[in-house]
Amino acid sequence: MPESSDGHAATGATIELDNLTKVYPGSPAPAVDNVSMEIKAGEIVIFVGPSGCGKSTTLKMINRLIEPTGGRIRIGGEDVTDMDPVKLRRKIGYAIQSAGLFPHMTVAQNIALVPKMVGWPKPRIKARVEELLDLVGLDPGEFHGRYPRQLSGGQQQRVGVARALSADPPVLLMDEPFGAVDPITRDHLQDELIRLQHELHKTIVFVTHDFDEAIKIGDRIAVLRERSHIAQFDTPEAILTNPADDFVSGFVGAGAALKRLNLTRVRDVEITDYPTVTLDDPLQEIFNRLRGSGTNEILLLDKRHRPYKWLRRGDLMRARGSLARAGTLVSDTVTRDATLRDALEAVLTDNAGRVAVTGRRGEYEGVVDMETLINSVHELLEADRLDALEHQHELQELRSAQTHAEQEGAEGGTKA
Amino acid sequence: MTTPELDEREDQEEAGATRPPAPESPKARISWQKLTILPAVLVAVLLATWLWFRQADLDSISENALSGGQVSKALWQHIQLTVISTFFVLIIAIPLGILLTRRAFRKATPVAMAFANMGQATPALGLLALLVIWLGTGTRAALIGIIIYAILPVLSNTIAGLRANDPTLLEAARGIGMSPLGVLGRVELPLAVPLILAGVRTALVLNVGTATLATFGGGGGLGVLITTGITNQRMPVLMLGSILTVVLALLVDWLASLAELLLRPRGLEVDV
Repeated sequence: MPESSDGHAATGATIELDNLTKVYPGSPAPAVDNVSMEIKAGEIVIFVGPSGCGKSTTLKMINRLIEPTGGRIRIGGEDVTDMDPVKLRRKIGYAIQSAGLFPHMTVAQNIALVPKMVGWPKPRIKARVEELLDLVGLDPGEFHGRYPRQLSGGQQQRVGVARALSADPPVLLMDEPFGAVDPITRDHLQDELIRLQHELHKTIVFVTHDFDEAIKIGDRIAVLRERSHIAQFDTPEAILTNPADDFVSGFVGAGAALKRLNLTRVRDVEITDYPTVTLDDPLQEIFNRLRGSGTNEILLLDKRHRPYKWLRRGDLMRARGSLARAGTLVSDTVTRDATLRDALEAVLTDNAGRVAVTGRRGEYEGVVDMETLINSVHELLEADRLDALEHQHELQELRSAQTHAEQEGAEGGTKA
Repeated sequence: MTTPELDEREDQEEAGATRPPAPESPKARISWQKLTILPAVLVAVLLATWLWFRQADLDSISENALSGGQVSKALWQHIQLTVISTFFVLIIAIPLGILLTRRAFRKATPVAMAFANMGQATPALGLLALLVIWLGTGTRAALIGIIIYAILPVLSNTIAGLRANDPTLLEAARGIGMSPLGVLGRVELPLAVPLILAGVRTALVLNVGTATLATFGGGGGLGVLITTGITNQRMPVLMLGSILTVVLALLVDWLASLAELLLRPRGLEVDV
């Protein structure tokens, strides 16, 4: 596993699970049965599935809170299946539901635990605690000395994440970390996690039973059915467009296409150019443009190139050549970072079915209308479908290889 | 890094949470009433007793029983018996309680508890008599009797305190990489401190009481005064023995309650 050095934060490490199995003594069926997957360095993988499907068990086998009965775990290429579990866990961040903070320690003491255990010098621990509190959006001066009891659920959860990150581990395991907070705070914490990950690039394995949370956060999602069998392991886009089977589509729920729109930003689709004029242009020029352009309408920009008014052909005539009175004001714009769902919303509420796209400072960049939206969505869905088919094929091959190996094993007499 | 919108939400979250507490001093944890009322009462009782003895005319038997520093000797012996027995109770019962909550020994818990229960269910006097027959008279037999009698509250409270810890919290402790010993020392025991201390307090008070029986095994203590008073039918002697025992018990209980307040980990207090 890559060690963190002073200056640079450790980025993620790969995680490979190889035929991981857990059989509890006294129960005939395994709780987790032959799970194999490869998690790339720096990606967020979500385990999602109904309760009792073994997703938490699988997660806890990665840091060996639960010892696997069979199979191997490799982190960063190193086999950790037989390593000292205490040492292993100090290199893996761990965050759980309702934070799991120690009530008799202050926020700072909670965060400092792991760095202390791995023997960081005191000044470095102190600096790290401040840095982490800042990172998770809590004012170090104010929260440093508080006890967990004095924090709201959301704040506790932030401290929990800070503690998991404290010794700068390459891998982070999160077991339904946002399961116990109210929906608004949860939404907020999810955004924060996404922002954190943009900065940190850790490898994160995240367990949840909330599919919407999974699509929001995950780079890839593993939909697990009972005994942790992987029903589908793919990008959120692919799972939404092409669920592998009825189980997965049941989990995805209704409105998959709409959910899909959340995952693409306006900058990823084609923006049409629109004829524009500015307030500074002479009236005659504006008339010419209106006549010359193929469309019925042109967009009037203000002095700072922000969308100002939609002008129709007759508008100027009716307003007797006064730009101040002519046209309809632009009511709504979307930025390039907006999701397609936001854009669709804006297009649907606009009376002419189009919306102006603006840049960082509100300057005009283009227009999205119903037609371009529909076209790009169709293209997206088609591409997703092809991707998903390919991945599914891979999964099937893997599975058949596994079954084959098992049968070989059975014939070889290793099993009774 | 945080957007204004985010800060706003933080503030809303803030409003629900309690304000940071003012820097606390130990005084804030213990009220002055707690600190003064009981000692004042005890001093008043002792003063009244002393005044009463000054005007009481004592016959020779009573004089003999109380003169020559015998009272202070008995008191001192009593305190010694209490302190030594409590010390042994702690070093036996707490480690035993810890051991019995470890996975490997959990199955032995009912057996150990049965023994501890027997120790307390046996009449203390009978137990002492048996020990004297076995070990002969003296302080040793008395001490062992007291210890056996007081193990149960500490043991059962230690076990209850450790068991009451939230298992997900302990899993979190293991999950972030604490060794089993680290989990015990840094999480389990500190969180169990309030219950363990309550057990210790019970044991202390119990020991002050049981130590009065030490006299039957030749162990000395305030029990000497009480028995002398009863056998010679001298009320003043009996009274003095009893009053001193009661005052000592209340004082020990008060000291233990202070210790409970001071040693309870910060952050576990409900009113912070």
